[in-house]
This record gives sequence, structure tokens and C-alpha cells, in this order.
Amino acid sequence: MGHEGIGASVKRREDYRFLSGRGRYTDDINRPRQTHAAFRRSDVAHGRIRGIGTEAAKAMPGVIAIFTGADFAAEAIGGLPCGWQVHSKDGSPMAEPAHPVLAQGKLRFVGDAVAMVIAETREQARDAAEAIELDIEALPAVADLRAAMAEGAPLVHDDVPGNLCFDWHIGDAAAVDAAFSGAHRVAKIDLVNNRLVPNAMEPRAAIGEFDRASGDYTLYTTSQNPHVIRLLMGAFVLHIPEHKLRVVAPDVGGGFGSKIFHYAEEAAVTWASAKVNRPVKWTCERGEAFITDAHGRDHVSHAELALAEDGRFLALRVKTAANMGAYLSTFAPSVPTYLSATLLAGVYTTPAIYAEVRAYFTNTVPVDAYRGAGRPEATFLLERLVDVAARELGMDRIAIRRRNFIPADAYPYQTPVALQYDSGNHEATLARGMEIAGWAGFEARRAEAKARGRLRGIGISTYLEACGIAPSKVAGALGARAGLYEVANIRVHPTGSVTVFTGTHSHGQSHETTFAQLVSEQLGVPVDQVEVVHGDTARIPFGMGTYGSRSLAVGGSAMVKAMDKIISKGKKIAAHLMEASAEDIEFADGKFTVAGTDKSKAFAEIALTAYVPHNYPIEELEPGLEETAFYDPKNFTFPGGCHICEVEIDPETGLVAIIGFTAVDDIGRVINPMVVEGQVQGGIAQGIGQALLEQAVYDEAGQFLSGSLMDYAMPHADDLPDIVVGTESTLCTHNPLGVKGVGEVGAIGSPPAVINAVVDALRDYGVTHVDMPATPQKIWRIIQAGAPRMAAE
Amino acid sequence: MPQVTLMVNGKQATAEVEARTLLVELLREKLGLTGTHIGCDTSQCGACVVHLNGRSIKSCSILAVQAEGADVLTIEGLAAPDGTLHPMQEMFREHHALQCGFCTPGMVMSAIDLVQTHPEGMSETEIRESLDGNICRCTGYHNIVKAIAAAWPLMQGESAQAAAE
Repeated sequence: MGHEGIGASVKRREDYRFLSGRGRYTDDINRPRQTHAAFRRSDVAHGRIRGIGTEAAKAMPGVIAIFTGADFAAEAIGGLPCGWQVHSKDGSPMAEPAHPVLAQGKLRFVGDAVAMVIAETREQARDAAEAIELDIEALPAVADLRAAMAEGAPLVHDDVPGNLCFDWHIGDAAAVDAAFSGAHRVAKIDLVNNRLVPNAMEPRAAIGEFDRASGDYTLYTTSQNPHVIRLLMGAFVLHIPEHKLRVVAPDVGGGFGSKIFHYAEEAAVTWASAKVNRPVKWTCERGEAFITDAHGRDHVSHAELALAEDGRFLALRVKTAANMGAYLSTFAPSVPTYLSATLLAGVYTTPAIYAEVRAYFTNTVPVDAYRGAGRPEATFLLERLVDVAARELGMDRIAIRRRNFIPADAYPYQTPVALQYDSGNHEATLARGMEIAGWAGFEARRAEAKARGRLRGIGISTYLEACGIAPSKVAGALGARAGLYEVANIRVHPTGSVTVFTGTHSHGQSHETTFAQLVSEQLGVPVDQVEVVHGDTARIPFGMGTYGSRSLAVGGSAMVKAMDKIISKGKKIAAHLMEASAEDIEFADGKFTVAGTDKSKAFAEIALTAYVPHNYPIEELEPGLEETAFYDPKNFTFPGGCHICEVEIDPETGLVAIIGFTAVDDIGRVINPMVVEGQVQGGIAQGIGQALLEQAVYDEAGQFLSGSLMDYAMPHADDLPDIVVGTESTLCTHNPLGVKGVGEVGAIGSPPAVINAVVDALRDYGVTHVDMPATPQKIWRIIQAGAPRMAAE
Repeated sequence: MPQVTLMVNGKQATAEVEARTLLVELLREKLGLTGTHIGCDTSQCGACVVHLNGRSIKSCSILAVQAEGADVLTIEGLAAPDGTLHPMQEMFREHHALQCGFCTPGMVMSAIDLVQTHPEGMSETEIRESLDGNICRCTGYHNIVKAIAAAWPLMQGESAQAAAE
């Protein structure tokens, strides 16, 4: 057995079942006597329901029942709750309009659910849903931020004036104004963070089941956090006490944030399973996913950076409008505020920052966290603005970054926007990134490309982000309506094998492997003697799930805490067996040893003694070897790094080809380098997708134009380059493993590196910014517009 | 209802289907072979790729009745009876070419067809272009390309061995 603990690229234990077709995703599950649900959805962006004709549909073959919003209203079923309350500048709480499970009175986006059909087969349910007759009075819609903000705009919610959800701010406006008045120069930028569709490859699905004999409900669902769904749906929507509600999130085929949220279909199938007294299954089609899964990003910002003559950043001022969509999704209000504006210091010592964020309702799909959630938006804004500042001052892009870096010895570092960073070393990741990417030799490559008629550019982003949102007390004060701890239960079996029950959830992150490595390292048990259990509220203690790159930093820390208790108890048992004092027992490599002697007991022996306590300190110690720990982090963790992208543009077509991409990320201690590399590469693929390809498009009437994989440009294999990944490790100072998180760094650091490279390639064309996605048409137009001027010069 | 009889993973299977039932629905819902996935409704994603008479096909793009008499191989039929993985499966594992696992069955079936139809081998750029019919949202494809390139000589060796025997 080679080394398989912390730092080893152990091959994944989940792979065999996925590679042999034996994964168990929600749609793979079929329950006895199961029925099928289909939803009739709005095809107008905004409308008033005049009538819903269900008689003809009810008479169709196989149809068991049809429910509408009125059925939910009659039983006072609650609306879908929002998990984060933001307050406006004036102290008033955000507008929080009701979000009914099925529409009541008004339809507010294309995709809004009007009615649910339950039938014997999926096809029968879909046929009947289509046959429902809708009488809708179409209303004028607001399809984007500009329309929502316009004077006299139609109202998405009649009781929310100006469509304004909240008007929030952070930072010291007076200090920023003072710094601007003394600035040498001011760099400015207007930019859009383009709206995206997460598109996890597994479409959402849900099966509700009710057992009339016991009164127990079970929901199988494609979720990143089954306990959060149980709490929100049980306590706020359906009023099912938690001991009567089990939520199972089995294998989940990717989430990227979109499967954090509590969706209407989960509540609908659970409720309906009691009504029809049979299991109810719903599986989303891709086209349906496009108009019902929460979208991501969709911010419009103006930012200004006050500069000293030597390139120092004096102050930053940011104004952002954020699109919430038609209703508040579970964590939507936190994304543009506490998860974004608090990151505006980035890796720089900017002494004064002031940000204002206005959030608006529109007649579009709700918008919420998508891989990175707020930090990609802040990073894109800041790293683009730094490049603009360098050009404004005629400074080198690297030099201006170095001038403003928070020095490694300045940590812990208090930013002017609430966060206190614990550790980082930006010079180290920058230097390593530049070396790997061959930054110094770039101009020769640019000249060589020019000789071939190509425009070559290089771009960099030096970023920092915040993971493992915490601590609960602070998050609560800022509006979170949930705890942000994590839980682990470690059950040592009599023969010394171990089952770990974690509140986090793996949907591609490889927890079954990395968590087993962590246990192997701490307890000295071989990896194949460790089982990791997640995703079932009937088996695991109450945990918060997986999002915000928290699983190892928060969930792993809970495991370490629980294992510390195991070791502590094991020492007492060992002391008894070896007739020594517990203080003299040392534990290492799976052995309890009496210090300074060769007397030792193996971990498995101690486990057996705990469960067969014939020779046991039974007066002082309970039998058994199983511990639970809840871990509430002291702070966020702060991964960061340097991403460098090199592109070539064909001026004839405007096509941007990525020639090379280098990422050097500081994510703290690494458990499994192979898994880390995969996470970074996957995140960068999504970042490149945002920068060059992806865009969710609504027309003025609120019709969704990019509603299929034929219309929405997902990155394919030939759109992406080889991605070179390096890591640096400055340890997190406040969790026991020194880990920071890796799930989102790729999606956060990469978009500005790509666009900075594109702008660099176009530097002779008089552009200082290109909005994402940088499509061939957009680039071609810039080149066409710029060429004559260049010729005239 | 029409009846369809076909070979699936070396065994004969018969099922009653609707005229509109797709091959992928037959496999998943009638035959319980849930390893073949449905990731879209426009034949873009490739999660449903299986082999039909030895060639890869998107099983959402043909009707079940069109597969009458055909020989179908799904992801469940790839490994040896003793559980030993096919070289392509093994290389996906070796090179960490899967994360959530949802696109994986289709990706593996496509990749095997790619190697079988191109015994001469392919550059990494050509592999990327050839994977156009399969979408992965997790990996960024980097490791998928590496895995397929690594499986090529192993599969060639296997077929050479089979020819010699």
C-alpha cells in the first residue's frame, strides 16, 4: 500500500459505478405504483390568469389529477422562502413578494408553473399538460435591467414600486469622495456581467412519496443540500414536521449552484403524493430546465478607481444593478451584496471603497448563485478596471498590480469592505504563473503572430475570493436565515473500519475519495476501510450541504473535530489496556503507544475493545467508538491566485482562439492533487464559456431566445485549450487542516484573464473594454470599426 | 402497442413500446438499463450514446421500433463478466476524466467508437474536434482528451491480441 493520505493522487472510488453505468441518479429511481407529473408553464413573460380550463385534459387517458394554484391556496400552502434578507441603505428590509408553488393571479416569467398534471405515464402527463386551456391577459413585460429601472416601467409585482427589491450599500462614501478629489487620475469602466444558464448535465428531477400508514413523506431530489431542502420545504411550505420528512439526494449529476435552491417542483410532487396516495415523479426536460433552473450573474456596473501618480489605488467607487428575476430564489439577495461587493478590495491595498447595489425584479427566470456566486462578478470588475488603470497611467499591467498587492507580511489584513483576510501570498502565485506562461517571452510571440496576420494578446488576473461562508453569527447579522456550520459523524466499527456521515454533498467533487483520504491520514486506517455517506437526511446528521467551496474547509474541519474526539477516547481505552496514564498515550500511524516505550495497541484493537468491553474502564467510559462534531468556522477562507490567458484573434472572422491558459492557485493544503487539478480545469472551462461563448438572451417581450443546447453556446471540447494548473500553499490560519477550497477558483479567476487578453490583442483598435461573451461577431465589428481610423492615422 | 425484440449487451430482450418511444426510453424504462442518460431534448449532449450494430449512435435520435433485430451495446455491457473494466473505462479512471459521472457513459461509448474507427490514431486537436457530439460541464475536457489518447494503444493492443488468438 502506497501513501494514500493527505497529498496523494488517489484514484477515485466513485468512478467504478459511474463508469459501469451503475450510478443512481434521481431519474434512475422508480418507486412501486409510481405516477408521473408534468407542469403546464407560462409561455408569456407577464400576464394575468383569467381562466385555466382543465376539463378536457382531465378526461385524457391515464390522467389521475390536475392541480392549480387554487388548490395550494385552499390549503394555505406557503410560498417558497428566501434564505437571505438584505436591508436597504435606509434600514428597510428588501421587498420579498410571495413566491407561490403554482402561479396565483399573475404569471411572471416564461416558464412560471401554472398547473400540474399527474398521470400514469410521463407521456400521458405531458400530453394532458399541453391540453390544458389557458386564458391569459398578456401584460407588458420588463425583460431586462434597463426596462425594469425605466421611469413608469410595468410592475412585476404590483406592490413593489419601481421593481426595486433593495438599495444596499457598503463602505465609507465620504472617505472615497475625499480620495477622489485628490486623485491624479481616475480610471473608469462600464461593464456587464453576462447572464448565464448553469446547465448541469443532469436535468433536475424529484420524486415525492407518502406513506399513509406512517404519515411519512420521502422526497428524492437533485439537490446539493438535502437538509436545507427539508427545512425550507417542511417548515415553511408544506408544514410537514421534520421527523416525518426524509429528503434523499442520491448521485447528483453536477450542480454548480443551481441545485442549492428549493424549487417549486419539489414541494409540488411531495404535496401531490399525499393527494393521489401514490409516488409522484417529475423529471425536467432540458428545454424546461432552461426556463426554470435559476440563472446566474446578470449584473450591470459602473466603476471608478482613483489613482495616485505612482500607480497606487486611492479609492474605488462601484455602482451595480443586479437582476433578481421574477421572484427571489433561495439565496439570490446575498449574491450581488455580501458575496460580491465585500470582495472589491481583491488582492490590493485600496484604502477606501464604496459600493452601491440596487436589485430589481424582471419578468425573467429567478437569478441566484452560479459557480462563484458574486465573486466572479467582483473579480471581473476589479481586474478589468486595473488593466484600464494601467493604460490610463501608461504603466505596465504587472507593475501596477505589484505596486498595490497586499504584502505577504501584512496578513491578517482588514479590508475596507468588511472582510478580514487571514493569509495569502500574491507575489508567489504571480511569479510562478508568469514563469509557467512564459510572460517574459510574449512580445516575440505577438510579433510572430502578426507576421501570420493574427492578433495575439495576453491577459492576467490576480484575484482572491472568499469560501466557506462564515461564521454563523456574522452571516446571521448580515441577513442569512441559516446556520453555516457543518457536521460530521464518525462511526468506527468493531473491527476498525470507519463510516463517515457528512452533511456536505458530492455531485462531482470527489468527496468519497478525498474524505476517505482525510480519515485515513488522521486515524491510520487504509482508504478502503473508510466509507463516506452523504445525501440522505435519514442517515446523516443535520448539515448544510455543498456550495461556496465549503465542503473540505467546513465539512472536513468537522470531521477532524470528530476524529479528535475518537482519538481522545481511544487513548483512554489504550491507557486502560496497557496500564498507563492516558496522558502518556501517543497516537500516530494508527497506533496508540505508551510514550517512550515499545508498548502499543493498534487502532482496530481499541475499536474492538470499545464494542466488546470485557476489559474496559466501564465506570468512567461508555462503550462504543462513535463521535459527532459540529464545526462553525471562525472566518471565511481566502483562496487566490494568478490566471494568465493567451489568445489569438483572426481579424478576418473575429474568432478568438485560446492558445494557452495557466492557473496558479493558492488553495491552502491540498488533499488530492489530481482532484484539485480537475476542479480548477472544470471551473476555468466555465469561466472561458462565460468569457467567449455563453449568454442567456431574452427579447424585449421577455421571450427566452437561448432556450436549448442548440441556441445556448455551451463549451465543447474544441472550444477549450489544454489548461496548465499549478498550486501554491499558504495555509489557512483558522481551520485545523489549513485548507481553503478549490471548487470555484477556476470560474472566478479566469473570465477577466480571457477578456484582458482579448483587449490586449485589440490594443491597436482603440478599445479599452469588450463585454462578455467576446463572440466573433462582436470582435469582427470592433476590428471593422477600428480599421479605418488606424488607416487614417 | 408495437413489440420490439433486440439484442442488448449480448442478451435478447423483448418489450412492448409506444410507437413514439425512443430507444433511450426503451433502455432506461423498459429494460432498467439506467446507465444510459438523457441530458437534453435536442440530440446535442451525447449522454445517451450507445453502440447500435457496432457504431455509436445517440439513442434519443431513433425510435425503439427502429432498433428491431439490432445488436445494442450499452455502458453496462462494456466491462468483462468478472467486472474488469474496458481499457477506455480504465483510462477514464486513471486520468480523472469524470467528475459527476452524468455525461460519462455517453462519452465513453463515443470514445470507443472513435478509437475503433480510427486505428491510425489521432492528435489531441483531432480528438477534441471529434468529441463535438458530447458535452461535459464538469471537467473542461482536458482529462477526457488525455484518457482517450491513453486508451488508443491499449485498445489497439487488445484487438491485435484478439486477432492473434
